[in-house]
Amino acid sequence: MTTKMITVDGNEAAAAVAHKVNEVIAIYPITPSSAMGELADQFSASGERNIWGTVPLVVEMQSEGGAAGAVHGSLQTGALTTTFTASQGLLLMIPNMYKIAGELTSTSFHVAARSLAAQGLSIFGDHSDVMAARNTGFAFLCASSVQEVMDFALISQAATLQARVPFIHFFDGFRTSHEINKIAPLEDEVLRAMIDDELVRAHRARGLSPENPFIRGTAQNPDVYFQARESANPYYLACPGIVQSAMDKFAALTGRQYHLFDYVGAPDAERVIVIMGSGAEAVEETVQFLNDRGEKVGLVKVRLFRPFDTAALAQALPATTKSIAVLDRTKEPGSTGEPMYLDIVSALVETVAADIAPFAVMPRIIGGRYGLSSKEFTPAMVKSVFDELAKPMMKNHFTVGIEDDVTHTSLDYDESLSTEADDVVRAVFFGLGSDGTVGANKNSIKIIGENTSNYAQAYFVYDSKKSGAVTVSHLRFGPRPIHSTYLISKANFIACHQFHFLERFDMLKFAEPGATFLLNSPYGSEEVWDHLPREVQKSIIDKRLRFYVIDGLEVANMTNMGRRINTIMQTCFFALIGQATSTPLLSRERAIDEIKEAIYKTYGKRGEAVVQQNYAAVDAALSHLHEIKIPAQVTSDFGRPPVVPVNAPEFIQNVTARMIAGLGDTLPVSALPVDGTYPSGTTQWEKRNIATEVPIWDPEICIQCGKCAFVCPHAVIRLKIYNPAALDGAPEGFRSAPARFKEFKDMAYTLQISPEDCTGCSLCYEVCPVKNKRQPKFKAINLVEYTDEVREAESGNWEFFNKLPNLDRTEILFNQVKYNQVLEPLFEFSGACAGCGETPYLKLITQLFGDRMLVANATGCSSIYGGNLPTTPWSRNADGRGPAWSNSLFEDNAEFGLGMRLALDQRLDAATNILRSLRDLIGAQLAPGIATDDVLFADQVTEADILEQRKRVQLLKERLQSLLSGSDANIDPFKPAIADLLSKADVFVKKSVWIVGGDGWAYDIGYGGLDHVMASGRNVNILVLDTEVYSNTGGQMSKSTPRGAVAKFAAAGKPLPKKDLGMLAITYGNVYVARVAFGANDRQTVQAILEAEAYDGPSLIIAYSHCIAHGYDLKFGLEQQQAAVDSGHWILYRYNPELAHVTEGDPNDSQHNPFHLDSKAPSLPLEKYIYREGRYRMLQQSNPEAAERLLRMAKADVAERWDAYQRLASEKKAGD
Amino acid sequence: MDLRTSYLGLELKNPVVPSASPLSRDLSNLRRMEDAGAAAIVLYSLFEEEINLESHTLDRYLSDGTESYAEALTYFPEAPAYRAIGPDAYLEHIFRAKQAVSIPVIASLNGVSTGGWIRYAKEMEGAGADALELNIYYMPTQIDLISTEVEQIYIDLVHDIRASIRIPIAVKLSPYFSATANMMNRLSEAGADGLVLFNRFYQPDLDLENLEVVPNLILSKSDEMRLPLRWIAILFGRIKADLALTTGVHNGHDALKAIAAGANVAMMTSELLLNGIGRIGEILTEMSQWLEEREYVSLQELHGSLSQINVAAPAAFERANYIQIVRSYQPSFK
Repeated sequence: MTTKMITVDGNEAAAAVAHKVNEVIAIYPITPSSAMGELADQFSASGERNIWGTVPLVVEMQSEGGAAGAVHGSLQTGALTTTFTASQGLLLMIPNMYKIAGELTSTSFHVAARSLAAQGLSIFGDHSDVMAARNTGFAFLCASSVQEVMDFALISQAATLQARVPFIHFFDGFRTSHEINKIAPLEDEVLRAMIDDELVRAHRARGLSPENPFIRGTAQNPDVYFQARESANPYYLACPGIVQSAMDKFAALTGRQYHLFDYVGAPDAERVIVIMGSGAEAVEETVQFLNDRGEKVGLVKVRLFRPFDTAALAQALPATTKSIAVLDRTKEPGSTGEPMYLDIVSALVETVAADIAPFAVMPRIIGGRYGLSSKEFTPAMVKSVFDELAKPMMKNHFTVGIEDDVTHTSLDYDESLSTEADDVVRAVFFGLGSDGTVGANKNSIKIIGENTSNYAQAYFVYDSKKSGAVTVSHLRFGPRPIHSTYLISKANFIACHQFHFLERFDMLKFAEPGATFLLNSPYGSEEVWDHLPREVQKSIIDKRLRFYVIDGLEVANMTNMGRRINTIMQTCFFALIGQATSTPLLSRERAIDEIKEAIYKTYGKRGEAVVQQNYAAVDAALSHLHEIKIPAQVTSDFGRPPVVPVNAPEFIQNVTARMIAGLGDTLPVSALPVDGTYPSGTTQWEKRNIATEVPIWDPEICIQCGKCAFVCPHAVIRLKIYNPAALDGAPEGFRSAPARFKEFKDMAYTLQISPEDCTGCSLCYEVCPVKNKRQPKFKAINLVEYTDEVREAESGNWEFFNKLPNLDRTEILFNQVKYNQVLEPLFEFSGACAGCGETPYLKLITQLFGDRMLVANATGCSSIYGGNLPTTPWSRNADGRGPAWSNSLFEDNAEFGLGMRLALDQRLDAATNILRSLRDLIGAQLAPGIATDDVLFADQVTEADILEQRKRVQLLKERLQSLLSGSDANIDPFKPAIADLLSKADVFVKKSVWIVGGDGWAYDIGYGGLDHVMASGRNVNILVLDTEVYSNTGGQMSKSTPRGAVAKFAAAGKPLPKKDLGMLAITYGNVYVARVAFGANDRQTVQAILEAEAYDGPSLIIAYSHCIAHGYDLKFGLEQQQAAVDSGHWILYRYNPELAHVTEGDPNDSQHNPFHLDSKAPSLPLEKYIYREGRYRMLQQSNPEAAERLLRMAKADVAERWDAYQRLASEKKAGD
Repeated sequence: MDLRTSYLGLELKNPVVPSASPLSRDLSNLRRMEDAGAAAIVLYSLFEEEINLESHTLDRYLSDGTESYAEALTYFPEAPAYRAIGPDAYLEHIFRAKQAVSIPVIASLNGVSTGGWIRYAKEMEGAGADALELNIYYMPTQIDLISTEVEQIYIDLVHDIRASIRIPIAVKLSPYFSATANMMNRLSEAGADGLVLFNRFYQPDLDLENLEVVPNLILSKSDEMRLPLRWIAILFGRIKADLALTTGVHNGHDALKAIAAGANVAMMTSELLLNGIGRIGEILTEMSQWLEEREYVSLQELHGSLSQINVAAPAAFERANYIQIVRSYQPSFK
């Protein structure tokens, strides 16, 4: 080996090569491929050049469709061009891919293969996306490991230039894209040797040029299209050979030889698995294990899936092959088999028929599915497939890795089988996202990979929650390359970085006998044992674990590290891991030096102070590490508590709780809904207890303004006004005060928090306007340490509070926060970031209209905290009513919501017609004083109106029901119509359709649809949760990103101003438009939401949402909202087309200016607002001159916008 | 009129030196100061604490929320898109300031750690500063910290920095020492080439309406110069270090008083912030006119002439003065 090995993940391996061999890169962020684009952008931003000495141009587009278009155009103009994508992104590229392939254009796209959204979205890996694109005419080259990703990124580029067939180079999302592995990097010399400049020039020469004009992209008629489609055949026939040549050339340069199909295993194998992707690595490991034990098995790794080389496949298989299992990582419902299975069957049939097969008798072939959405695929499962191949009656179209107890497709497997060698060190770490565990482990594996002779691998499992997120790190190292593409199940080192996890996870089930267990414990070596749950004590004793504790938080506090214990725990890991391995590892001293070096690399740019602080933490760590002498017996009198309360509904107990406990993999097929439908209101059962501090109410000084409840992002603070008599039986310490509302004299008032659902964000404290006169640091709501005592007391209070009656909704003024916060929220306890700036809007809307609203939710943060299993915050009230929520895609959300509206409108029309036609049967009166016609004509403006209408509809349904249940010859012919009306009658109660999404959707990928929906004139309410950046995918620039802000793809500060979406909408004239910021003006926010909902047409609310991607402590989110408004960055206004209407003949009605400015003239210099945020300060840091220039321009933007808005607001209309 | 003076071993054309202030952040202001006649310039202070804070803040917002959630492992573009947090911008400013003006440029440093003081002092020397002013802003708020320890912190610091760099050092001090004269002498002995009297601490105000403590900046007035004036007069001729008077210099008369008391230079900021950099020229003219009218041959003739060792009534600088004032004060109401 001549080159120094590197330890990188798959995305970095792909991006490193792609950036070197391309000139233009057009991308759009999508998990798990986003990092490739970001890295490419980062390389270009730091001036890294490609092998021709130029810096590639990296452009972020508005969608993958846009990226594909830009790639197509750039390719057609002769530039070497690429893109990175996955999943739905690849699907959006398909139309262009047909064109690119049809025009025989050389390119290689790099795809981190990912599941497609079907019954549910999944960000994880399988081949559904590439299989959906397999007929575009692209070649498909599949890498199984991080090393292969780097190698194939180059081989595909070399091959496409010669073959002219475009390539998809793909690898498994997450498993390979995010796995860190030690690999041999490709030097520039290898890149140069592989890429033929003649071919590059030929590609350029084929590009469009006015110097040599031609046309491409013609429209063709029946006379020639078919022949033209066949004209490219020679290129496809030649392509596999070209790929093999490239592989051979590559082998000569690097020593790594690949083939179109690589066979591994016994030369005389009888049973063979055919597979592509990371699963091949697990199969290879198992094949070796089984053959070592005398079996005769083998594996064909499919490299070039398209164009499929039948002969090459046949040559790869041993002549002794008797049975073959083809494993597909995708599902094609209703097919005769998954795509690769069908290919292999037909290929082998053809080769046998043509007599070119190595075997005389056609082997028996079965196909199976595995690993969908990164489902674990382990040697145990591989062995079960080989076992199946040995059976006289093999199960075809099987599944492996799940328990299919419905259609019984699944194979059984022995979970305990392990093929891992003893000399591979396996370490598993349980951490919190916020404690930095993953970052430190990434450094650790790089230290081991790059400073010892060990091969190393790391893989990380993340949470579906954004706050209080749990991370599990899986680290392996050993003397040979590591092919174990599955999670560690038998570890010789387990670290628990958060003590309370012991209550939640059975982490010691991963421990091998004699393993080392490192626990971060607030309890010292003398007392820690007594604080361990029974199950943990038992595992430690039974497995004879070596048990160490450290009070990481104490060390962190000593060294001002806050809650970041990462480098402290990392130091302990290196101190202890030596005993788990016979392989030479670093000495403690050397390890500490390397940790410090890694700290310098990671934090150096953040300044000396941070580096020194981390050094100090490392130096202080080991003196606090203690080994615990293990008692002989279990002494604990407490065990792990149940995952969900025992009174939770059956589905929650049986299904949701298993997912919460991390045991979702064990759920059988029958446990899961067949169509992706899940119960709402389930976050209430997932008590996460993630806060370190929780708020407590001080009834003495509270003025009952409701602001704390209003801003609470997690709906943890609730208010009730009730009859004091209801306090009977209240737990001791339950807080109550006389209601300070003129309408509710003699009533009692309670503000209660749900401590177990609180994230401790402290927005409530920040917004509270009241100060304690004796100690102004105390307000009417104060944060206290979240101790067991607080938990117990407040949980009891919360339980009692929930039993208190709710106030009648008709008694509550909706337009004032003080009142409307008494309304029950139907959006609660989401997994959004602590202090999220989006969720208060959603919560408010559910308080106002939740029992009659439908929500179309664009993919993004709000669809994740709204709908990522296991639980959903979208809830229901005591009557069982609540928001009906669904997510379609990212790009189509406006249309999706419009569809909901169309369905309701159509249903209302139809129901109205039926009701009219049945009027005589039903009768003119539903009840004394309630006319049947009122159902059709009732006003539904106020909550009281809605309540009345609900009563009428209920009466109508009862009447219809009674008509249906009787037997009357006069009625019988009408029964179909009556039944039809009964099924539609609920539509008579006004429904509120909400289309919700972020700025990535509204400003970029979904803008075309949004625009069309606004132009439709239909009554939909569009809520744009504007964080001014792609939050969910990690901070990429959107068209909402303001001038001067730093974001991914705008590392040098966004040079252009934010798109003014509101003004674009206003130009329609018929769209209600409001810009709101709840932290700056809650009254205006409420007013805008009420007006938007009341407006019978499209409404657009653009809502300022502070976000973790802005770079400051979110507890100051409300202050920042105020500053955004005061500085004129975020001007509040409402544009109500109603005001412009003139009703003919109404002498009182006249035309008013529909545009109302709710902001005062900017009073705060813009810099006072922006420089509180990291996204702006980063530019000040990196390029003060540019920051100053962009600030100047942004200030001019503010002034111009204010002038324009003011002009609009001052336009006189008749009646003003 | 010959207004020449020397300060920290630097030969200055006159004694008017703009003290550390935000004005010196802008190179064009430095040029305007030189054009207006300033003899040297003290740059705004580099605060180690500020660098540390910025460092921790950057770390915080680059770390917050990262490596937690699979779709967003980070939220910001990583290095090398931004440069390291540190003194680079300040050092570059020294370098540019030196290129922009030909008068001496005195860098100003406010550190918090011994390592920081020394490291940044060396780097400032390396960047071309003609001298270094140590802006020691230390509030001994701990009730168990005794004054001798506090004093030793100052002495050790000056000693350590003196041993680390070759350019002259001035120490800008607080007036709150138990034994001020002794302290000044010890600092001088420890290696301070000059003492700047005094640092003006901005005291926070209380906001009764919002029940909050609020920062407050009030510019100096002429009568505030009495405190440094007195101590300079007392110290002149008794310690080795040069003396600079800062606080309350607003006009030619104020500057002349400073020199008469024994200051080598009169430093000013509030007047320039209030009435513009052009005031330097006017003040120099006022000084010259005053000296010419009274037939001084040079400023040096005035230097220290009203110091304690040279005046007829030295006790006026001591307690007698206090008693006299208290006794002679008449209420303004009847």
